[in-house]
Amino acid sequence: MTIKHILKLCLLLLIFSCASTHISKIEGKRIDINDSLATSQTIEDFISPYRTHINKNMDSIISYAPKTYSKMDGDLNTAIGNLMADAVFSESNPVFNKRTQKNIDFTLLNHGGIRSIISKGDVTIRSAFGVMPFENSVVVVAIKGTQVNEMMEYLSKAKRAHPISHQLQLTLDKNSAVSSAKVHGEPIDVNRTYYIATNDYLYNGGDGMTFFRPNEGKYVLNYKIRDVLIDNFKKKDTLNPKIDQRFIKLED
Amino acid sequence: MKRRHFIQKSTAATVLASVGGLGLQSFSPAKTKKITILHTNDVHSHIDPFGPEDGRNANKGGVARRASLIESIRQENPNTLLLDAGDIFQGTPYFNYYGGELEFKLMSMLKYDVATIGNHDFDNGIDGLYAQIPHAKFEFVSANYDFSNTVMDTHVNPYKIIVRDGIKIGIFGLGIQLDGLVNKDMYKETVYHDPIEIAQDMSRILKEEQSCDLVICLSHIGYYYKNNPDKVSDINVARATKDIDLIIGGHTHTFLPKPTIEKNSIGKNVLVNQVGCFGLYLGKVDFYFESGKGVSAEGASIIV
Ligand SMILES: [Zn+2]
Repeated sequence: MTIKHILKLCLLLLIFSCASTHISKIEGKRIDINDSLATSQTIEDFISPYRTHINKNMDSIISYAPKTYSKMDGDLNTAIGNLMADAVFSESNPVFNKRTQKNIDFTLLNHGGIRSIISKGDVTIRSAFGVMPFENSVVVVAIKGTQVNEMMEYLSKAKRAHPISHQLQLTLDKNSAVSSAKVHGEPIDVNRTYYIATNDYLYNGGDGMTFFRPNEGKYVLNYKIRDVLIDNFKKKDTLNPKIDQRFIKLED
Repeated sequence: MKRRHFIQKSTAATVLASVGGLGLQSFSPAKTKKITILHTNDVHSHIDPFGPEDGRNANKGGVARRASLIESIRQENPNTLLLDAGDIFQGTPYFNYYGGELEFKLMSMLKYDVATIGNHDFDNGIDGLYAQIPHAKFEFVSANYDFSNTVMDTHVNPYKIIVRDGIKIGIFGLGIQLDGLVNKDMYKETVYHDPIEIAQDMSRILKEEQSCDLVICLSHIGYYYKNNPDKVSDINVARATKDIDLIIGGHTHTFLPKPTIEKNSIGKNVLVNQVGCFGLYLGKVDFYFESGKGVSAEGASIIV
């Protein structure tokens, strides 16, 4: 640095005693991450053992399916939907009961929430991830019988095989109006409080299910639907779900 | 890809004013400094690229590709910061199996500098988040979450100041209201404060008290809620504050093709950016600095 430079610097400092650094230009863009980019081998090698372990575990066999089960097989109830709704009931009720000393009355899930078939053959953890890739978890909602009736109306109009557990028996007449709706074999009591197990998506009004609000209580079990399925399948040598009479429409 | 380039604000008057005001500087060639800000948000444990059969994002994403891209950008400009706006966790079996360990380890290998905390980062509870902290060689910022009565106390700071090439960069974090979004059992005694007030405070502290040259808000409060426009969002924070230069957002998984330019409370430009989710994109914002008499940031030309 020459004297001249230093002088100039002093001068600048003097004149611009409140000098500051300022932004003169800003450029913004986004860059696609795709297969045109090189793959970092270091990173790839680091991930690899984790991936291998997960794949091995995901492929571990937890049950057996004698047939392929699809949500497309069945009208108002499907074997796979019945399997899921009954699994949510039987795995969640002990958790709910321990916490509240109450019992779940029945389960309602949504047909769209069955994300994959269960293929004939070995059932693995990957199968459960396929059926339920999302993190949705079990919510038990306390609602009045009047709202349970609204739910029945909804189900009669939706004409979809929204999964219900076997404690509920819903029969529609030939015009798809509710012919009978029973919980534990009893007609719905408008004055009674019912405890319905569902998922957080439906609790939040998903699929137009508005009957969960207002309610008399919401119980978050911290139990993912996927984990329900894994726990349930592990208890069974063979999954043997059936289409049954729980949700049907009379022909005439 | 065809991208519309335009210069947002660079009126002849501003240019002339700056030239006039800085006449003396022309004797000593002022060095332009460049700080590159790279950012991701809502990666949600998407470590592997999407497969070729994926319906929506075929062959996109992947940490190993992001790593090589970031490396080449750093070679071009060593004065690069890498930030993440939260929801690092949850979305693939990597999280279900390892609880976020691999996500944090990889982010450390990619040399992330700072991250903020998203609602899904509480998915294994605050204890689950805390358990992964040893794997993170980067820092967490959140100015509106008070973790004092939780295990995360001392592991999260309101802001972080980083100096690169003599440029002082202040980064503060904002998190979304957890009540109603995350079960209380998960976030426990984490206390949420209003992001707007906190952002006003933080930008003042970073700009006035700490004399930062660049103030960045790393946010997980969401870009903007069209159906609920008063709900606190990045756009609303931009409008209600001053002295923030860039808001990097997350939560709403908003795919902005380019940063949004918003006016702050005193009519100056703020950039708001968010790059969707799942590591499909990397956001890149370059700031060029000149030293000299303070010229308002609105004089800066913005090319997006
Ligand atoms: Zn997210």
